[in-house]
Amino acid sequence: MSGDPKLERIAKGNALALCATGTWTASFAPVLERMVADAEKLAGGSQSIFIDVSEVAKLDTFGAWLIERLRRSLTQGPVEAQIAGLSANYSSLVDEVRRVRAAPVIDGGAITISGMLEQIGRAVAGVGGTLAGLIDMLGAVLASAARVLIHPRSFRLTSTVHHMEQVCWRAVPIIVLITFLIGCIIAQQGIFHFRRFGADIFVVDMLGVLVLREIGVLLVAIMVAGRSGSAYTAELGSMKMREEIDALRTMGFDPIEVLVLPRMLALVLALPILAFLGAMAALYGGGLVAWLYGGVDPEAFLLRLRDAISIDHFIVGIVKAPVMAAVIGIVACVEGLAVQGSAESLGQHTTSSVVKGIFFVIVMDGVFAIFFASIGM
Amino acid sequence: MAREVQSEIQDPIIRVRDITVQFGATRVLDGLNLDVKRGEILGFVGPSGAGKSVLTRTIIGLVPKVAGSIEVFGVDLDASNSAERRGVERRWGVLFQQGALFSSLTVRQNIQFPMREYLRVSQRLMDEITLAKLTMVGLKPEVAERFPSELSGGMIKRVALARALSLDPDLVFLDEPTSGLDPIGAGDFDELVRTLQRTLGLTVFMVTHDLDSLYTACDRIAVLGNGKIIAAGSIADMQASQHPWLRQYFHGKRARAVMG
Repeated sequence: MSGDPKLERIAKGNALALCATGTWTASFAPVLERMVADAEKLAGGSQSIFIDVSEVAKLDTFGAWLIERLRRSLTQGPVEAQIAGLSANYSSLVDEVRRVRAAPVIDGGAITISGMLEQIGRAVAGVGGTLAGLIDMLGAVLASAARVLIHPRSFRLTSTVHHMEQVCWRAVPIIVLITFLIGCIIAQQGIFHFRRFGADIFVVDMLGVLVLREIGVLLVAIMVAGRSGSAYTAELGSMKMREEIDALRTMGFDPIEVLVLPRMLALVLALPILAFLGAMAALYGGGLVAWLYGGVDPEAFLLRLRDAISIDHFIVGIVKAPVMAAVIGIVACVEGLAVQGSAESLGQHTTSSVVKGIFFVIVMDGVFAIFFASIGM
Repeated sequence: MAREVQSEIQDPIIRVRDITVQFGATRVLDGLNLDVKRGEILGFVGPSGAGKSVLTRTIIGLVPKVAGSIEVFGVDLDASNSAERRGVERRWGVLFQQGALFSSLTVRQNIQFPMREYLRVSQRLMDEITLAKLTMVGLKPEVAERFPSELSGGMIKRVALARALSLDPDLVFLDEPTSGLDPIGAGDFDELVRTLQRTLGLTVFMVTHDLDSLYTACDRIAVLGNGKIIAAGSIADMQASQHPWLRQYFHGKRARAVMG
């Protein structure tokens, strides 16, 4: 029933007549476009122009538009091109595309050096805004915490417990596993290098100080930023996209109090617990490796550990945990509430939640190191 | 499509036989049969939660079925290989209830997305066809560069329809196209579906709750209840039916208001 489309010139004196045949549909679009482009050059000097479409077997929007495009470009001169032999089936389609007015297509804009520089400039200028946003959120969270202290009944216990389960209880296996392995690696490396000086036993000092002061809490905070910070951003972001946060507002609820405060509180409680468990797992792993690989038996290990570390080391480590949790939580919630309407925006903000969260955790760790050094702990 | 082979005109474009769909222990569709004829607008109604969307999604292949067969354009979708299936998918368009526009693409990119995938067409032609589609669904060319989040509810439905029509399908599925539109907008949309059906020779499968749509746009109506088609026919058949739900639906206060 259908054949390859053709567009032939039928010579009729100084009139131009083109005869279209075959299937004029999307599947043949490249062929059709070429034929139409060739035919457009034929216009010059004709007294009358006809496009005969009576032999067209099948027509869709693509074909109808190409015939219309041909008609328009042939009409450039004083003579108007006519479409002839249109069957009743297709006349409404051709009428429909005739209503289309060609508008210039706006180009997306090429990537230029000045454009890239502008982007860098905007990003740098945006840093101040980011910090202001974080401080803003900190203030809002503290204000709503104060309101909850005054009216304890407005505290959302169920929500907090639910988030505790998500960020603390369910994180335990992976946190313990990873810190255990890190403890093993530190001990192995320590023994391997200290053995050359005959100082195997000092690996216990290194492990204890490193794990309790720094690695334990820092590693756990980074993992929590990746695991729970991203989840917070994605949750709040998709709620923002589906107007759920607006709905809360119109019902007279404060989204900070309902959504952010329970999440923040859960994280601030969870991170010290996870940091403690992580430190214990790392010490256990390190002790195991010291025993099996370094020949330091458990009793000697514990004895040495008791001499090497004091409660101060532990306090220095664990005090950092809630602060880091607060930083991760605030970054995650700010990013979540900044999500715009698109899926792409959700992805961007989740990424930047994790990146900024980890960055601020490390910055905070540095600030704490300076602080504890200057007070002599 | 006067030159189509005769037998194809006689054959239904969708033939659904003994479809059973189950979610856990709940049987949503139970041995359902349905034919959709070429070139008609079929309105599909039923109480909320009866499984109208489930049937639509089953036909499109988004929901697995327990038993039964589905033929679209004469191709049995279970027995078909992936090339045949793609061939069928190229010939249908789907308008989802919420529009389901790709939120990170502009309106123009949304409409051109299927074209890029299935056709080898120049950028110029794609841009022009996009404009033509936007004009057909009654939108201004300026809309093309906007993102879905910058559109109103009615515009989203129209853009989604334009995207569903972007490959010039023979069949479109509309899932509650007029829900969430104001009565005037909904009326325009019905008119639009009618016009497009005439212009493009479409077959339309329309899930709807809108009595106005049933009266003004649909050629035939099928009613879903208890997992089966309980009635199918013209609007007059529906009004004459003695089925309790149909009586309530077509003789209730709202129906009387629509009929004037």
